Amino acid sequence: MGRVYIFTRFERLWHWIQAVLIIGMLLTGFEIHGSYHLLGFEQAHRVHTLSVWAFIGLWVFAMFWHLTTGEWRQYIPTMKNIDKIVRFYAVGIFKGEPHPFKPTRERKHNPMQAQTYLGVTVVVTPLLWLSGLAYLFYNELTAAGYRIDLGTIATVHTMGAFLMLAFLIGHIYLGTTGHTPLAHFRAMFTGWDDDH
Amino acid sequence: MQALKQIWVALATVAVMGSAFSAVDQKTGASDAALLRSTADHSKFKELQRSFQSGPEVTKACLTCHTEAARQIHQTQHWKWEYVNPGTGQTLGKRHVINNFCTSVSSNYKACASCHIGYGLDDKNFDFASEQNVDCLVCHDSTGKYKKPSGFSGHPVTKDTEFPPGSGKIVRGIDLQAIAQKVGKTRRETCGTCHFYGGGGDAVKHGDLDSSLDRPDKALDVHMDAEGNNFTCATCHKTEGHQVPGSRYAPTAMDKGGAHIRGKADSTNPATCQACHGQAPHSMAKLNDHTDKVACQTCHIPAFARGDMPTKMSWDWSTAGKRDAKGKPLVVTNDDGHVTYNGIKGDFVLEENVRPEYMWFNGSVKYTLMGDDIDKSRQPIAINTFEGGPDDGKSMIWPVKLFRGKQPFDPVHRTLVVTHLAGEDDTAYWKNMDWEKAIAAGMAAVGKPFSGKVDFVETVAMWPITHMVAPKDKALACNECHARGGRLDKVEGIYIPGRGGNRLIDMLGWLASAAILAGVLVHGLIRFVKRKH
Repeated sequence: MGRVYIFTRFERLWHWIQAVLIIGMLLTGFEIHGSYHLLGFEQAHRVHTLSVWAFIGLWVFAMFWHLTTGEWRQYIPTMKNIDKIVRFYAVGIFKGEPHPFKPTRERKHNPMQAQTYLGVTVVVTPLLWLSGLAYLFYNELTAAGYRIDLGTIATVHTMGAFLMLAFLIGHIYLGTTGHTPLAHFRAMFTGWDDDH
Repeated sequence: MQALKQIWVALATVAVMGSAFSAVDQKTGASDAALLRSTADHSKFKELQRSFQSGPEVTKACLTCHTEAARQIHQTQHWKWEYVNPGTGQTLGKRHVINNFCTSVSSNYKACASCHIGYGLDDKNFDFASEQNVDCLVCHDSTGKYKKPSGFSGHPVTKDTEFPPGSGKIVRGIDLQAIAQKVGKTRRETCGTCHFYGGGGDAVKHGDLDSSLDRPDKALDVHMDAEGNNFTCATCHKTEGHQVPGSRYAPTAMDKGGAHIRGKADSTNPATCQACHGQAPHSMAKLNDHTDKVACQTCHIPAFARGDMPTKMSWDWSTAGKRDAKGKPLVVTNDDGHVTYNGIKGDFVLEENVRPEYMWFNGSVKYTLMGDDIDKSRQPIAINTFEGGPDDGKSMIWPVKLFRGKQPFDPVHRTLVVTHLAGEDDTAYWKNMDWEKAIAAGMAAVGKPFSGKVDFVETVAMWPITHMVAPKDKALACNECHARGGRLDKVEGIYIPGRGGNRLIDMLGWLASAAILAGVLVHGLIRFVKRKH
């Protein structure tokens, strides 16, 4: 057994603020969409919009951090060993086999994980961002001569939200697949991975 | 506790009233010394220091100084009761339209003309070029004593008169001299003399105009609030040369202009909300994003008929004709004392605090006029139709009072009819309750053929809701419209967040989410079952 310091203080802060914001935006977003009543439309809208600005602010910091520290390399996609990861989650995990990937400071994420995060970062998030900003500034867009139907913008935004929801469900579940169900969560709070 | 509170309120009321009376006394005492706001005290004018036997005599006196007033009035809809809509080409105005209240002024002028700003409009031969027949007092009376009783073709009564003749009922004469010496600017009450009583009674017609606006509180009308802004009608309907702007025949449905500024030439309708508030009146930016599609009235008039005065929502003429045991027209009243059935009129539905209907409206209104083909199989027939839609770039979502009726028509000539209702003659429906006679007389008055057959057809009329603007804390909350089944549920052609999105995406999205959740739960369950320790 060994301990590795995987997640720096900034990364952990970034992760958990992001988690709160994304869950909050999902909850309020689907309320704005009309799926249920929780806070009431006006309050849901206010929370959703405020969360967006917080999220964008956080994103700027996170990008700066990734670029200056070179941590962006963590997300370079690779197919190497991905078959072993898939086989582990499909079969090995039930047999008590050890995880084929050992996180290190240099490579924190297994290939499947890194690819998913990359997908969320370059596909789902921009989809939500672009459609969300178009949603928020619909009147300004129209005034500027861009004739996009608000219903179309809302549909794209909703699709992005469902993708994010799908990611969230999988992400939380996979968080329980450490050597104990809470090991990954603990690592995300303390920064230390003791799964060695 | 409640009783204590009531006593306290009562005491406070008495105290306030007492001080108010003493304030009035002081004012009256000091009024000789205080200057008038106006530069003229009409009681000092020799022309008015005489007795007047008739309305036209007063007008002649007015015109000796206000030389152009009558000819200005001659240009107005108030005088002509006629309006040619330049957009639709239809000839409208009270002399031409048929509605689903008392249907038509034609053949009923003696009664209806009590709301004409003239004297003697009793048939189509009225001289619309007459200057002395302009009624100055009905708009400029400041005493509240000027009256134009029904049955006198718009004339006031100056000597006690038995009316109807032989009825034993006396209409009291009024002192025109005292009224003429006290003329002033128009007030809510003067405009309201007619506009609050349209359709034959207080609150009947519009729903957003009734006598509760004589002295409204803030909750009823934030602008007219007698203790606050205290607007008169003319504050918004800013009038020059007697041309009162703002008309339901050709309303301004969309105003893209900014607030009017003193000194800046502005020819647009001054009575719109935007004429004062501009395009971005809200401090919250997202609310301003609504002003391109949603009329201000939609959110800011949450309900009409809010002044404890019920408005008529429907009128069924087809049930008229019932008499009571004494042979008089049967009258039925509800618990509040309002008439819900009258043998000479039929059944009414009255409502207060009515939630409007909402629809796209571009300011163009098409009327069904005399002679237009009536196909009963397509009832309800639209008395008038607000035109517009989501994509014409000219329409806004407006609150509307829908007034439903069932009224007589000629099934052979397939046309709406003029009904002769008011009058002392044998043909008037309100006298003899005989539809054939009443319609024959009505149609003869407008020179149109009548088959002698009478049937009833359902009709519906649209009235824009634009008065009784509530204070902002009483404006609609977001979820009144941003919800499934909300107020704008039936308004088509616009995406309203919260009203319902793309059904396919929603279904696929929730199914996929449920499948993933089920997948991870099963995965977790297998892990739990197969766990080694």
